[in-house]
Amino acid sequence: MSDESVVAQKPGTWNDQRIEIIIGTLLRTGVILAAAVVLFGGIVYLVRHGHEAPHYATFTGEPQSLKSPADIMHGVMQFKAQAIIQLGLLLLIATPVARVAFSAVAFAIEHDRMYVVITLIVLVILSYSLFAS
Amino acid sequence: MNVLEFSGLLALGSLLAGFLGALTGLGGGVVIVPMLTLLFHVNIRYAIGASLVSVIATSSGAAAAYVREGYSNIRIGMFLETATTVGAVVGAAVALHVSGSAIAIVFGLVLLYSAYLSSRHREEHGPQMKSSPLAEKLKLNGTCPTPEGPQPYSVTGVPAGYGLMFGAGVMSGLLGIGSGAVKVLALDQAMKIPFKVSTTTSNFMIGVTAAASAGLYLNRGYISPGIAMPVMLGVLVGSLIGAKLLVTAKVKALRYLFAAVIVALGIEMIFNGVTGRV
Repeated sequence: MSDESVVAQKPGTWNDQRIEIIIGTLLRTGVILAAAVVLFGGIVYLVRHGHEAPHYATFTGEPQSLKSPADIMHGVMQFKAQAIIQLGLLLLIATPVARVAFSAVAFAIEHDRMYVVITLIVLVILSYSLFAS
Repeated sequence: MNVLEFSGLLALGSLLAGFLGALTGLGGGVVIVPMLTLLFHVNIRYAIGASLVSVIATSSGAAAAYVREGYSNIRIGMFLETATTVGAVVGAAVALHVSGSAIAIVFGLVLLYSAYLSSRHREEHGPQMKSSPLAEKLKLNGTCPTPEGPQPYSVTGVPAGYGLMFGAGVMSGLLGIGSGAVKVLALDQAMKIPFKVSTTTSNFMIGVTAAASAGLYLNRGYISPGIAMPVMLGVLVGSLIGAKLLVTAKVKALRYLFAAVIVALGIEMIFNGVTGRV
């Protein structure tokens, strides 16, 4: 029996409650974790910079230290408030990426080669956006 | 106004936007950028960065709740994400090279169009029975849970849906919104997928689409922690409250009110863009 017919026989496999619970938990954990880190960084940020004047009317772009994952981690190590917020936002951006990565594994378990390839294409585009620029 | 007051007001406004967005089903992301630029005089590029981040938060938060219901079709979502993510990268790349005023004008037009889409009477179509060969090849047909048991549905109009999804991705990347309205249009109208499946699958795709342009925005310094922090937290909390209330609230009047607000914001965005004030 080919892979094709196995999958065709059980189109409802994705409704498998186990996979859905895992995806749901993954998303909830990602969002809660990201929000907690952002909130923590935000409190530190407001304690340290709350009295300053905001300056967002003109676009200057954030400094290099807040732009790439590696630089953000460096700032977090030095307990910089804005870097901690960026780390939380990175976790948030990573949540749907993790979901796609998990889907690739789940499709592989189902021996659905076509959808493993499709999912990996999406994953490559996401990685390009995050790391290649 | 100092940073503390500024952050507090931003969080409050974002909470309201997220709340109304979830309650009316129109999405909070679409009013975040006008609110930031028109009310708080934040530069539109920072506004788009913060909005994009909040879109990921609400989409993932809502999807966590929906995923158990078994409506969303993960194969349709994943297949179409190859279009939305490429579109999002293209949109973000375009945004880097055009003026803030031009983005504001496009944003205003999209606001007007979303208000139009939300006010239009939607024709319910029954489950599609004839699927296209392409949909069969891509294994897009699925079943939808109903009180009478799983109801199978077929998918058609794959190329049209795919094209619309690319457009939705471009809009999302260019404007920092979820473009859920266009995604539902592609799934529901072009591909004839049952409405409940369309909305949950669209929501499933919004986070992934937004993540595709968020990386680019982060790398270009559009995502400012001081703005994204209160906006993301405010929208997230607001949308969670809105989603909880959704079951009991009568939202029709509120929906019209929110649509009217969107129209007003759209006109103001276009005006400010044309006069070069944004």
